[in-house]
Amino acid sequence: MPAFASHYTYWITVLLMAAGLYIVVARGNLVKKLIGLSIFQTSVYLLYIAPGKLIGGTAPILSEAFKVYSNPLPHVLILTAIVVGIATLALGLAIVVRIREAYGSIEEDEIVAADRDAGDRE
Amino acid sequence: MTLEHLPALQVMVPLAAAPLIVLLRHAGFAWALAVAASLFAFGASLALALEVSRAGAISYAMGNWPPPWGIEYRVDALSAFVLVLVSAVGALVAPYARRSVAAELPREQHYLYYAVHCLCLAGLLGMTITGDAFNLFVFMEIASLSMYVLIALGRDRRALLASYQYLILGTIGATFYVIGVGLLYLATGTLNIADLAARLPEAQATRAVLAALAFITVGVSLKLALFPLHLWLPNAYAYAPSAATAFLAATATKVSVYVLLRFYFTVFGAPLVVDALPVPQILTGLSIIAIVSASLVAVWQADLKRLLAYSSVAQIGYITLGIGMATRDGLTAAVVHLFNHGITKGALFLLVGGIALRAGSVDFGRLRGLARTMPLTCLGVTLAGLSLIGVPGTAGFISKWYLVLGAIEAGQAWLAALVVLTSLIAVAYVWRFVEAAYLSEPGSGTAVAGEAPLAMLAVSWVMVAACVWFGFDTSFTVQGARRAAELMLGAAP
Amino acid sequence: MTPAQLIAAALLVPATGAAGIALAGRWPNLREGVTLAAAAALFACVLALLPTVLAGGVPQLFVLEMLPGIALGFRVEPLGMLFALVASGLWIVNSVYSIGYMRGNDEPHQTRFYVCFALALAATMGIAFSANLLTLFLFYEMLTLVTWPLVTHHGDDDAKQGGRLYLGFLLGTSITFLLPAIIATWALAGTLEFTPGGILRGTASGSVIGGLLALYMFGIGKAALMPFHRWLPAAMVAPTPVSALLHAVAVVKAGVFTVVKVVVYVFGVETLAGIRAADWLPAVAGFTIVAASIVALRSDNLKRRLAYSTVSQLSYVVLAAALLTPLSVAGAVFHIAAHAVGKITLFFAAGAIYTAAHKTEVSQLDGIGRRMPWTMGAFTVGALSLIGIPPLPGFLSKWMMFQGAAQAGNGMALAVLALSTLLNAAYFLPIVHAAFWRAPREGDAPHGEAPWPSVAALVVTAAATIALPFASAVPLALARAVGG
Repeated sequence: MPAFASHYTYWITVLLMAAGLYIVVARGNLVKKLIGLSIFQTSVYLLYIAPGKLIGGTAPILSEAFKVYSNPLPHVLILTAIVVGIATLALGLAIVVRIREAYGSIEEDEIVAADRDAGDRE
Repeated sequence: MTLEHLPALQVMVPLAAAPLIVLLRHAGFAWALAVAASLFAFGASLALALEVSRAGAISYAMGNWPPPWGIEYRVDALSAFVLVLVSAVGALVAPYARRSVAAELPREQHYLYYAVHCLCLAGLLGMTITGDAFNLFVFMEIASLSMYVLIALGRDRRALLASYQYLILGTIGATFYVIGVGLLYLATGTLNIADLAARLPEAQATRAVLAALAFITVGVSLKLALFPLHLWLPNAYAYAPSAATAFLAATATKVSVYVLLRFYFTVFGAPLVVDALPVPQILTGLSIIAIVSASLVAVWQADLKRLLAYSSVAQIGYITLGIGMATRDGLTAAVVHLFNHGITKGALFLLVGGIALRAGSVDFGRLRGLARTMPLTCLGVTLAGLSLIGVPGTAGFISKWYLVLGAIEAGQAWLAALVVLTSLIAVAYVWRFVEAAYLSEPGSGTAVAGEAPLAMLAVSWVMVAACVWFGFDTSFTVQGARRAAELMLGAAP
Repeated sequence: MTPAQLIAAALLVPATGAAGIALAGRWPNLREGVTLAAAAALFACVLALLPTVLAGGVPQLFVLEMLPGIALGFRVEPLGMLFALVASGLWIVNSVYSIGYMRGNDEPHQTRFYVCFALALAATMGIAFSANLLTLFLFYEMLTLVTWPLVTHHGDDDAKQGGRLYLGFLLGTSITFLLPAIIATWALAGTLEFTPGGILRGTASGSVIGGLLALYMFGIGKAALMPFHRWLPAAMVAPTPVSALLHAVAVVKAGVFTVVKVVVYVFGVETLAGIRAADWLPAVAGFTIVAASIVALRSDNLKRRLAYSTVSQLSYVVLAAALLTPLSVAGAVFHIAAHAVGKITLFFAAGAIYTAAHKTEVSQLDGIGRRMPWTMGAFTVGALSLIGIPPLPGFLSKWMMFQGAAQAGNGMALAVLALSTLLNAAYFLPIVHAAFWRAPREGDAPHGEAPWPSVAALVVTAAATIALPFASAVPLALARAVGG
């Protein structure tokens, strides 16, 4: 039990990963897919940061009193990853806006049907 | 002094050009700046390749922070080869894009196209040159985001959905990659590729390392459109602007192949990936399915761009088949085909851009009798098509030669038979075009205005000439590929 | 000019000729003049190489290294010399004939026709003079691709379908069988250079060599070995000059030339003779000879009959080469020349009949000999040569093949040769008989001979057929040099 409980961060990571991917696959609304994608990416942030906290480690500010520091590098990496995630989300939403303008809908099945009808008419 | 910083400039010049273009706004200046940045990148890659062949791998520490703590740019035989390909294609597509983009995009968006082209080029070059796994992710996303934009700029509204679907799948892929890198970091404590290679054997093939391998494989396979993760590619290539398709088809998947090679052979090492795990078998199996199914689907397409897109999926299958052989000749075949397919598909999509401009569409109905009005374009498509089939005298033949040789030397004659039989399927879809263009009467509808504009035609024919040239003078391609293959197989950790 | 320069000229003359023809497209007489000049120049270059080869020399030309260890290079030896002489010599005659045919039938796309012809001859020279398997394969494929526009010349649905079969069979066999065979040879022998005595000696077991031989023989689709022969009758949709030069001379002869070259210079006669796994080849060739002759017998369409006759005659060469005795190999090589002049005459005649009388079926040919005496006279000469009537050249090659078969102790080959001679007579002689001894049908529109260039050409080839036995020293010397 203790081992199970002390790895709770990994369980949350897995849960978020699965939830995010599920939303991407199962939801037809384009914005909801993007939300799922963001949740999926967030799980990765947790994957990096949680192990960075070393047991018994303090904040990574040099001081004579402390010997063990938590790892600051994952935070740096994840800052970058968050920026990438935001850029992706922004771009995705911009495309969704354009899709709404072009098709009048942001439901994937309606858009695919509209394309199929247009293709039949050609 | 500048030569010392060439690895950094290789990426920074196109990267800096992008915001400059956005500031300048004017379409003509935007194009000129994009061409200048692309040409510089090409020159830099040639200089780097020359230096590597002369003196061995180059290591450049970004900001003078020594690796493995700082980010390292590393140019060795494999990355130099890919750099030359990517920058050459970029340098050719940039001047070509002027007429093509003018025809397909509204004028207000032209400068945006060139800015994103430079960003994409920077991203791809960065992916190739970096020696840090996380830095690779950053550049991967820079390149990918630019690609999503490039595709979404297509004039057909279906380009938007294609771009969106590519965004979703591509981001999942990149995130998988990052998960893999994260697991590797947790296992070894480093992100530098060379350092990872040194430390992974100590970490043993623990579950974390194997999971990392799996995640990275899936993530990169999404990017390189390995069956069955290729579903984004046909739509993306078909609906993007012609210049964008030409650029992407020749470079994007190739750089992803490079990433796969880098991780399999440098980071994880051949003993783990090839000998201990069934990775070659899986790759071989998926490649075979990709080659056969995609080639067959290509034969039945109504639209030339979609046909070529499915053909790309099949040709990528040949590359991964070569990787799956994991012998020296197999890897040589994979790297050689990476290059040869890049120039072949580049040539084809460049020519198709000319057809799209003059004929308005690339539907097979529109292509009937095209040889009368666009003889040079059709001849170019035929020659590049011969390279797809693998007829001797073209670059594609060299790839097929090494693939079959690799199969025979690996003792798998059935694989050799498969390679040649699937080339026959390529004959079928290339000949569809030849029969339509040369033997059919033009359909009703507006007549085609004439041959493609000279700038576009000249660039396309440079690529076509390259397809034929590298079928005869194989010194650069084969030796470069050989050296890369030997590096990968010899770089046992 | 040095021999190396002559080899280069032999390739460049038809290629630049093609460019010249394309440029002169708007002026038909100038364009035809370029063709004739290129043909004459090519024949001169090839002829100039002959003394060196007869004296035992081996002119060579190295161009570049295409793959590590494999060069794009040329070397002239007796077999290639003979093939080049036949092809280049007959190109001149065929060009004259084409002028008459194309103008007489008012064919479209004439510039494209002559350009592709010149390129086809360039490819043929490349095949004839190739120094190794890779160079040969390069020009072999080039020949297929460059002759496709000639086969689909008319552009209608029949032409398209014929073109598909043509390309399908030829590219199919060469990519599926021949290419792997070449690569396997490279893997086994470490070289692809044509070497007297072969390069495969001692490199692999008998069954592997036998399997490799099968890959080669079925991969060389241009030799029309059954079951990969269908492209040849399908190619008859092309205008007759195409059928004449390419499918009686250049393309099919490239096929059997490659067969002989592979047997003698890649495998080596001794290597093959020593293994049992090659025994199937004479049987397959023999079957092709007889089966094709039977189909020819039952074909009413004249060109189709000639096509299947060609399939049969090509397998004579394969059979003779497969018998692996010096005399049979010499007979095979000589038959390349003998069949070429004979068959081209027959095709010329068929084309002349079509041009003048618009007749395509054998059953329509009653009494045509009276209206077209020169044409049918030439036809008779060609037919008699192919049947093997002395002193015509077809007899010479058959005689050598008979002797070679006897030397090899192969009773089946002797039987096949005898039977097919009878079958040849059975499908050729009735045409001759109907042409001269039957009265023309009623309702036949009156007509005369074909246009004079066509008639001139077929008279020349018929005369060559008659003259060849008397001028046979050179071809025989070359043939014997190959046989060893």
